[in-house]
Amino acid sequence: MDFNLSSSLFVGEQKFNAFASDKIYDVIIIGGGPAGMTAAVYCLRKGMSTGLITRQVGGQMADTAGIENYLGYRYINGVELADKFHDQVMQFGIDFENNTTVKSIKDGLYKEVILDDGRIFKTKTIIVASGKLPRKLNVPGEKEFTGHGVTYCAICDGPFYKDKKVVVAGGGNAGIGAAIDLARIATHVTVVQRRDRLKADKVLVDKLKHFDNVEVLLGHVVREIHGSTTVESVAVENRETGAQIDIPADGIFVEVGSIPNSELARGLLHMNELDEIVIDAFGRTNKEGIFAAGDVTDVPYKQIIIACGDAAKAALSATDYILSNPNF
Amino acid sequence: MALFDDNIRKQLAQILDGLKNDVHVVFFSQEIECESCHDAHQFVEELCAINPKLKMRRYNLVTDAEKAAEYKVDKVPAVVMLDKDGNDTNIRFFGIPGGYEINSFLGALLEVSGERQELPEDILKRIQKIDKDIHIQVFVTLSCPHCPGAVITAHRLALENPKIKADMIEANTFVPLSIKYNVSGVPKIVINGEHELLGDQPITAFLDVIEKI
Repeated sequence: MDFNLSSSLFVGEQKFNAFASDKIYDVIIIGGGPAGMTAAVYCLRKGMSTGLITRQVGGQMADTAGIENYLGYRYINGVELADKFHDQVMQFGIDFENNTTVKSIKDGLYKEVILDDGRIFKTKTIIVASGKLPRKLNVPGEKEFTGHGVTYCAICDGPFYKDKKVVVAGGGNAGIGAAIDLARIATHVTVVQRRDRLKADKVLVDKLKHFDNVEVLLGHVVREIHGSTTVESVAVENRETGAQIDIPADGIFVEVGSIPNSELARGLLHMNELDEIVIDAFGRTNKEGIFAAGDVTDVPYKQIIIACGDAAKAALSATDYILSNPNF
Repeated sequence: MALFDDNIRKQLAQILDGLKNDVHVVFFSQEIECESCHDAHQFVEELCAINPKLKMRRYNLVTDAEKAAEYKVDKVPAVVMLDKDGNDTNIRFFGIPGGYEINSFLGALLEVSGERQELPEDILKRIQKIDKDIHIQVFVTLSCPHCPGAVITAHRLALENPKIKADMIEANTFVPLSIKYNVSGVPKIVINGEHELLGDQPITAFLDVIEKI
């Protein structure tokens, strides 16, 4: 029998408080993934009064199964690594808000962070580390069957497709990673990739070739998802010829990239054409006192270790800004 | 062979040191046609042996039918948690709470013992206002990292209002029930047999659904 004891859920060292609306924070961090949590540790160690708001502790990392390229751990499960980060943050006294999303932010000498539930908090600086959310296919049937055969989390739902047929939409690392895991469990896996080649790392593509129950359809897109109470088939189309195939499937795993959670800064912060927040080498945005780090920014590569590095920079920049600002 | 190695037992002992008052852990199983009953028994027995505040009692679903009826246990293996005075908290675990679910099991033990995390005033008020019978079933698998969160939330609701009953149900142990509710993604929360929520939803999402019933 296996046990996955969470290191952070119970230990008495959990010192955190609820957010206060009558105080002015030094730093409010938006996002509790690897970037947000790294920024928190740096700010707290500098003695900054810090608050962190997150939708889910661990962010995208908590939905990831195996991590092999975060140094110090040859292989670690995403939730466990998130747990360890969380543990490290919680040893300091931090104001913490979980299962919460931020609606928007306002500029000024003192910035404002406005939550979805209407609460407003004031702060000298903001670090936006809100990451990304999985992109949807936006095809008929997707919404109706979400939770009934349409899923965005291979590690959560893979086991339910034992001895079943599945489709994986997406040929990048996430898609091929999911396909490999599923090939071991399902009777058949069909990978649907819009481009004419797989985007995933060679290591993964080679691994996939070892399975004889996997079919890869290059140059195809998902057009519709059919079924009665659960998914029964996925209609795909050949982009070149227009020919349609109906793939019998009990489930479809959607791994087609992600969109930045930058809506909260729309109109305020400068963004690129992908809606990512533009930052400089110091983690600064176009607005003084507002910084950003991680997948929500225009950093060229989206990796946990990069998010952490950028978050440390943003935190140190925020600290420098506060200490050198004659107004504070 | 012991279920918990020395390392895990030490960690469990440390966590269970936080128990405030006694907790009565009532375990139901049966001799035949229950694949996981033996392992479940070992789990509960070994865990309860770690701290004297955990008082374990064992019943057989078949031969102790009146007890099963009293605690409304209709499937095994099952754990019923009673507080220090023997009152039913309406918290149930159906299946072995192994894998990630050991966290929700420990969490429930601590909360039932009186070691409760603070809930905001407005949330507490909403929970206490509920005056209909509410039965929450949270379907989980043991390898699902997001599941304990949903279980903990459901059990907390049960703790704060006697009208609310909350069950953790291990989906692969109770297959006909999982099929009945079309469980294909976990955690899946089923309220009063017809209202569904998917994922580790915050307590407010639970309340939004319950208040509309």
